[in-house]
Amino acid sequence: MSAGVDSTDEAQVDGAVDPDGKVPSRRRWRTVALVLAPLVLFALLLATGLGRDARELPSELIGQPAPTFSLPRLDAGGTIDLGELQGQVVVVNFWASWWVPCREEHDALAAAWGRYRERGVVVLGVSFEDTREAALRFRDELKGDWPLADDPGSRTAIAYGVFGVPETFVIAPDATIAAKTTGAVTYEWLTDEIEGALRAGNVA
Amino acid sequence: MSGRTRSIVVLAAAFAVVALAALIASGGSDGNQTLDERVHEIGAGLRCPVCLNLSVADSPSKLAGEMRTEIQTQLRAGRTSEQIRAFFIDRYGAWILLSPPPHGWNLVPWAVPIVGMLAGVTLWVAFVRRRAPRTAGEVTESEHLRIEHELADLEEPG
Repeated sequence: MSAGVDSTDEAQVDGAVDPDGKVPSRRRWRTVALVLAPLVLFALLLATGLGRDARELPSELIGQPAPTFSLPRLDAGGTIDLGELQGQVVVVNFWASWWVPCREEHDALAAAWGRYRERGVVVLGVSFEDTREAALRFRDELKGDWPLADDPGSRTAIAYGVFGVPETFVIAPDATIAAKTTGAVTYEWLTDEIEGALRAGNVA
Repeated sequence: MSGRTRSIVVLAAAFAVVALAALIASGGSDGNQTLDERVHEIGAGLRCPVCLNLSVADSPSKLAGEMRTEIQTQLRAGRTSEQIRAFFIDRYGAWILLSPPPHGWNLVPWAVPIVGMLAGVTLWVAFVRRRAPRTAGEVTESEHLRIEHELADLEEPG
């Protein structure tokens, strides 16, 4: 047993001497660290960066004048013109029948519309990348009676910097954009933002 | 000039030539472009909001197609490339640009490759320097004589 211990000791001594005496092990470790450090940093950067949703950015349009539009109505004849709604709080909801979160948020929109329509708040659904037929089938299925509009060529969606659906904007009575949310909108968010916009409108 | 210095100079010259060629190739926008070419040029600098990692010019998504139409409409209306880019930045933020404008924190992604390359070259040169005496040691006449003397002394001590 003691012979075995001796031989390993010798081997370690041999290793530390280093045959050409050029690369002491401490320096080798420093080289390894120098190579690994950028790799580790890069991996951390990717780990934090890739976990974020690039769409969840604050809108550039908050506080800016709401882009105007005049869109053909889907659920009825005629057009709906944002200019004619100035002085009112308008909730513009970009949605599509083919996207599940738009189903999920339907009840929240219906509840907000039911609660605030008496106070002059308008909820407007703007159809995004959808057919007229599919949009109307969605409405038949899930009910609701707030106005729906079509957006030919997605020009209004582009003007609002829409990434995808659902996205919801609250436009204050002074026709500036008060708030925006990405993803299925909640009733709490809608009531908070609508109340805020109504208060701002009363002060002005 | 030693062989090593010469190879470094040749390498630097090669870098310079490639960089110059890239600069000339990228700066070739003249006034004789067609409308489609101008749409493509603007679209190539914009990020498609749907697929995130393709440009508006390359993305097959419907929204990107509609953005190309929007660019075309605005170009026809006489707006400049800069005005159209500003139109998209106002709505989507600088996010929409595939290359971040080089100021403020955006300078970081621009500087990292240059800093990295300089650091790499420095490390490489330092590494080569340290190795140099062993690999390229040329023994001069006087050193030869000295070695022979020393060896002779070793063999006949005293």
